[in-house]
Amino acid sequence: MSVALIILPLLAAALAAVVRSGRIRPWLLPPVGAAHLVLTMLALLHPDSVGVTRWLALDPPGRIVLLIVSVLFFICSVYSVGYLRYRGELSNRIFCVALLVFLAATTLVICSRHLGLMWVAMEATTLATAPLIYFNRTPRSIEATWKYLLVGSVGIALALLGSFFLAYAAVQKGVDSSLLFDDLLRNAPLLSKPWLHVAFILLLVGYGTKMGIAPMHTWKPDAYGEAPGVVGALLAGGVTNCAFLALVRVDHICRAAGEGNYTGRLLVFMGILSMVVAAIFMVGQRDFKRMLAYSSVEHMGILVLAIGIGGGAVFGGLLHMVNNGLTKGVLFLSAGNIHRAFNGKTIDSVQGAMRRLPLSGTLFLLGFLAITGSPPFGPFISEFSILNGAFGRGRYWVGAIFLSLLLIIFIGMGRTVLTVCQGKPSAAARGTEYRDGLLTGLPIVASFAAVLLLGIYVPAPLDRLLREAVRFLEVRP
Amino acid sequence: MITTLNALLVVVLLINLFVLGSSRISALIQAVAVQGVVLGVMPLLAHGRSSLMPGLLAIATVLVKGSLIPKMLGKALRDAHIKREIEPIIGFMPSTLLGALGTAAAIGLAAKLPLAADHAQTLIVPAALSTVFTGFLLLTTRIKAITQAIGYLVLENGIFIFGLLLIEAVPLFVELGVLLDVFVGVFVISIIIHHIHREFDSLDTRRLSALKE
Repeated sequence: MSVALIILPLLAAALAAVVRSGRIRPWLLPPVGAAHLVLTMLALLHPDSVGVTRWLALDPPGRIVLLIVSVLFFICSVYSVGYLRYRGELSNRIFCVALLVFLAATTLVICSRHLGLMWVAMEATTLATAPLIYFNRTPRSIEATWKYLLVGSVGIALALLGSFFLAYAAVQKGVDSSLLFDDLLRNAPLLSKPWLHVAFILLLVGYGTKMGIAPMHTWKPDAYGEAPGVVGALLAGGVTNCAFLALVRVDHICRAAGEGNYTGRLLVFMGILSMVVAAIFMVGQRDFKRMLAYSSVEHMGILVLAIGIGGGAVFGGLLHMVNNGLTKGVLFLSAGNIHRAFNGKTIDSVQGAMRRLPLSGTLFLLGFLAITGSPPFGPFISEFSILNGAFGRGRYWVGAIFLSLLLIIFIGMGRTVLTVCQGKPSAAARGTEYRDGLLTGLPIVASFAAVLLLGIYVPAPLDRLLREAVRFLEVRP
Repeated sequence: MITTLNALLVVVLLINLFVLGSSRISALIQAVAVQGVVLGVMPLLAHGRSSLMPGLLAIATVLVKGSLIPKMLGKALRDAHIKREIEPIIGFMPSTLLGALGTAAAIGLAAKLPLAADHAQTLIVPAALSTVFTGFLLLTTRIKAITQAIGYLVLENGIFIFGLLLIEAVPLFVELGVLLDVFVGVFVISIIIHHIHREFDSLDTRRLSALKE
């Protein structure tokens, strides 16, 4: 089954490359997204049927990420049809092919049980998303793509070095080293400690670059600012979650080796640093797409923090991964619509979005309330359980800092969002003819409905997935 | 076997110093091509027993790092009509000196790390660390987009050298996957370089500064 999940988008990518008509090509995306989603559901309902090999299998944390990526991709695939129709003047061949290759590569990251294979797939996601960021063909988008490629490639190269160090931690001790996660976990207590320590730092920096946690986040505001909104949604909810999954798996090995205190300290530090950096740049941010990028830095920081705290916070962290991914879908897609209607993305030219785009403007505002942790939306529940987890572990200072940073970010982000949404469109900003449409509106509504649902209750199957993942990641001393 | 391997690693280290001291970009590309071929031979020497796997890896590495990637970079260079790296942030002599210091530090660091008995005799770890450092230096102190791409390649070469320690642990198709990623990576990078040149009429990355707070 996991093979089908990877092959299907690849075949569709090949098909997209040969389809001639730019009007028909985007219609390939939703069926592939739907088929991927159906296969994912089947795989989650019958995890044993996922042709478990030593190389490809779905571990419990992977199941959650697969679910997020698949749902988000389906939502974005429908939106893309509407978006690409509006941008009919640009060739969408590379865009469609790259989107589908991206889906295959992320699925491979999620399903790989081998450190090296996971790295290869992760680098493939970088390469597949670079052309997506460059879609607008402007000097600014070239700059963003160049920074993304260079920073991303160097970061991921360090992750490869870290993977090799981790493997050498086994080789040096004469432990049979296959780089398979199952073997590494089993042999974890035997691994050489100095190599393991350096490996973890390299992997944290490397996969942290792909996640965009501070101070390796520099590519993020540029890439998210210049890429189409739909690409921002897939990067912020897909790629970054995959990189987080990689980090969770590596951290799991280190904790199994008895190095939980060492990795925990580093993760908590990086998490808080990311939130601080995000807060600094979000207060007074005039560009609302760059603001969303810093919001992504913040929430990646929260995920890392949750894993670093451990205990009850892990459940909150995994749930937050789902909530953040879906809410970022709402925010980036509606921000993309606003950007198009006003032909601008700073608060100097964009005001009164709720008048010009009643649907997208309202959803952008609601998305803001959700992502900053206001009830009754999903992120409120997950951030609350992370806080609870921090207090439960006696980390009162961490909890207090977490809470105050959330408050600062709420105020900072709120000023920008309210300026964008409220008021009247200024006379100078005539904007474009673009208005809310079915294809670019409904996917956001669907994504928002899920965020709202998760705030009211966590459906039993998802709850089971989360608990299985928490149990899987638990390490008994 | 180990003597030959160490001799080749010294060649790699010398190429690093040359790359840091040279301003002609075509010479840099050739140097990296030679480094790629030298790296390609190494799996044959590092692998304990002769089998198909190191042979295939050697052929693929020589092909990709020694021929395909240098050709792509050469084409990007010709299209851009530039010859030299200008005004690096750290000059050519100082960066060569830094490279030499980095190599010395890498040898010192490698002596401190615990190594398996088989590996203590080789220069693999110091050569890997020093090459990674060289790549970083190129990436951060050179301003032409194409020289930064060469820096990325050198960095990757350093990691490849470290991979020699694991040649029996890492399966062939993962090694080939890494090679494929590097190849596609340089391919995408050279397309972007082409667009940078068309849009800005220069490969000076200092011009890529519109996006900031």
